[in-house]
Amino acid sequence: MALMALKDVTIAFEGMVAVDRVSLNVERGDYLVVLGENGSGKSTLTRAMLGLVKPRSGSITYGEGFLKNQIGYLPQQTAAQRDFPASVEEVVLSGLTNSLGKRFFYSRAEKQRALSNMELLDVSRYRNRSYRTLSGGQQQRVLLARALCATDALLILDEPVTGLDPAATEELYDVIRDLNQRHGVAIVMVSHDLRGALRDAKHVLVMDREMDFYGTVEEYGEKYLSKAVDHG
Amino acid sequence: MAELLTKIKKPTRRGAVALWVVLGLVVLWLAFHIGDIVWMFGQMGGYLSYKFIQRALIVGTLVSLTAALLGVSLVLKRYSMIGDGLSHVGFGALTVAMALGFVTADALPAFLPVGLRSGIASLCGIIAAGPLPFTLVIVVLCAFALLRLSGQGGMGGDSAIALISTSALALGVVVTSMTSGMNVDVYNYMFGSILAMSDSDVWLSVILSGAVLILFVLFYPRIFAVTFDERFARATGMQAGLYNHLIALLTAVTVVIGMRMMGTLLISSLIIFPALSAMRVFDNFRAVTISAAVISVVCFLVGMTLSCVYSIPTGAGIVGVNLFVYLICSAVAGMRG
Repeated sequence: MALMALKDVTIAFEGMVAVDRVSLNVERGDYLVVLGENGSGKSTLTRAMLGLVKPRSGSITYGEGFLKNQIGYLPQQTAAQRDFPASVEEVVLSGLTNSLGKRFFYSRAEKQRALSNMELLDVSRYRNRSYRTLSGGQQQRVLLARALCATDALLILDEPVTGLDPAATEELYDVIRDLNQRHGVAIVMVSHDLRGALRDAKHVLVMDREMDFYGTVEEYGEKYLSKAVDHG
Repeated sequence: MAELLTKIKKPTRRGAVALWVVLGLVVLWLAFHIGDIVWMFGQMGGYLSYKFIQRALIVGTLVSLTAALLGVSLVLKRYSMIGDGLSHVGFGALTVAMALGFVTADALPAFLPVGLRSGIASLCGIIAAGPLPFTLVIVVLCAFALLRLSGQGGMGGDSAIALISTSALALGVVVTSMTSGMNVDVYNYMFGSILAMSDSDVWLSVILSGAVLILFVLFYPRIFAVTFDERFARATGMQAGLYNHLIALLTAVTVVIGMRMMGTLLISSLIIFPALSAMRVFDNFRAVTISAAVISVVCFLVGMTLSCVYSIPTGAGIVGVNLFVYLICSAVAGMRG
């Protein structure tokens, strides 16, 4: 049984079909990259995986005792967030709200979990620094630490390297690969950055409202990249 | 890396110096006027025996506190305009409620049965005699509507709020001029008066601010999560919409209670100013929240004193003090670089 299984998922807004009959499985430890033009429905698809939009038809099921609200999510940052007055620790702790249940405050164990996630992503030395004083790459790592507080099985990343300089981009891909390979966290990453995203991926989905391509990285390479080399 | 860290630390140390310099200058200035200040608060002490001053102090302190707490969340979520919109809606609803007092059974259309006509007339009379509950219902409904509009984002939501708030204000002014005319009452509603507080207001504000404080403390981790990143909160299974509506509801009640003392045109400043001042100086959410509450209450007490001693309209006095504090905070932030 897969961690998450999509079957014939169709999503429409006001009669316009944004995502058309997408079926795929995300296994434990998988690394899926979702590619596509702007408006191809890739962000909409991830929002459906998170339960933020309801599919018009089709089903999204979660397996292996994994629940929908246990997905870690790295959304695209908003302008309001960039100068939000919050310490790094406060931001990372806020990833734990799904484990609160009926309690009002975080337990000692939960705070410890936040701290170990900060250490994992190498941001624990900034824990009392303000989020808004960090660089773009550091902010993304703080948000990744927050996302890890919500999950230990599946991370959905929405264009994580947008707006980062090349060095920070490389660093972030390394961090994500590390989470995937050493900690077994399944990754679903929406990306514009073809080359970087494919470096560590296992599966590729190309969206153009419907599934343009879905397969392993090797199959993708044979189908598209060799052609590009021929033309180049 | 170590080099980078010292580079980052330096301005903060300079900021601390700047903070002390600015504070020192302010204290120095205050020290030169210590006589006036002592006299002012002495005068205020004399007023404290008046029942209406006591009521105004209790209601004002509690409203300032709740407005500041809610304000931090509203400002950070870019919902500041909701507070402003609600106060104008409150003014419109209040004037309509009062105008209903002029409705008589004879004035209603003749085709309605006599019993229905007198029923409507007496209902109107009840609303006009105690306009607060009616106003509260309208403002709460509008708060939910405004929340929905601004949730749509972009220019659409923004202009829709401006549309609603100015229309409500215009409606209020038209209704007033057709009934009682622009008299002292209306002036007080627009610019605030400490005479406006009744015993029931005191009770309402005690209950409200108690509720806001308790809810705010209990739900603090969740309020932070929703304020910082609503999409993430939703994705991890939080009922973000519920918390938004809770905040809108509490804001609506705060606005209705506070607007007669602060004035329709100025109540939203109570929501916005303390949060903005605190955000200039402090860098984490907890410090911002606590200091906004403290700033708000202190500014209220000083503004209220100024208003009593120098006969300035209460709302304007409080806004003036808030502006002063905001400028100091900005100066400190500016020097910090």
